Amino acid sequence: RVCVSACIPLSLPRLLIVYPWTQRFFDNFGNLSSPTAIIGNPKVRAHGKKVLTSFGEAVKNLDNVKATYSKLSDLHCEKLHVDPENFRLLGDILIIVLAAHFTKDFTPACQATWQKLVGVVAHALAYKYH
Amino acid sequence: MTLTQAEKAAVVAIWAKVATQADAIGAESLERLFSSYPQTKTYFPHFDLSQGSAQLRGHGSKVMNAIGEAVKHIDDIRGALAKLSELHAYILRVDPVNFKLLSHCILCSVAAHYPSDFTPEAHAAWDKFLSSVSSVLTEKYR
Repeated sequence: RVCVSACIPLSLPRLLIVYPWTQRFFDNFGNLSSPTAIIGNPKVRAHGKKVLTSFGEAVKNLDNVKATYSKLSDLHCEKLHVDPENFRLLGDILIIVLAAHFTKDFTPACQATWQKLVGVVAHALAYKYH
Repeated sequence: MTLTQAEKAAVVAIWAKVATQADAIGAESLERLFSSYPQTKTYFPHFDLSQGSAQLRGHGSKVMNAIGEAVKHIDDIRGALAKLSELHAYILRVDPVNFKLLSHCILCSVAAHYPSDFTPEAHAAWDKFLSSVSSVLTEKYR
């Protein structure tokens, strides 16, 4: 569990580095000019923690993620205007960070479970879009 | 999409390590693909897809060999994979969406085996490289 909490905040900087167009949502975050800048950026780090907390809520309410994320979904659609494809991208980055962290323990079966989880989370976040 | 010199170097550097166990990583990537995305199994009704099967290992080998060729000719991936491109367009006709899925699983396997080498920059380079390979393999589809 502790290791997973470390992986989630690591995913956001990696998303911004691997898919630089995702930086479009973070114009006010300051210096995102290089991988080093992104990794050291305090706003990125803070946002990573926010995402972690929110993800934790989903995991705690796995039987009702849609309800748990209802307001967050509204927010991402109406205020943040985030294309839901980005939720998929972040989920996949998280999976790769987990793979690097857990190495051989991150078996295909383990990955399959996590792919389902990030899929459920992404779906719930996109659910209220209109 | 073209790879920068730095990106090409990152791809080549990691490939040097992956090549030492290419077959295993290939088989593992396919296992990940079939576990996480069961719909991809529809392309292999004729295969024994159980873990460790000879067919899985053989096919994983094939995939990794092709990637190795692309790395060797990283300045002309299109030329290196021309025949494979035709094979996928006219015979195999694997839906393009599946190339992203397999690429993702290959990245997972590489990350799991070489975590300290798989820095964000190396990850970005490999994602771009596999994207390039996928593009070449689907460019003759129509």
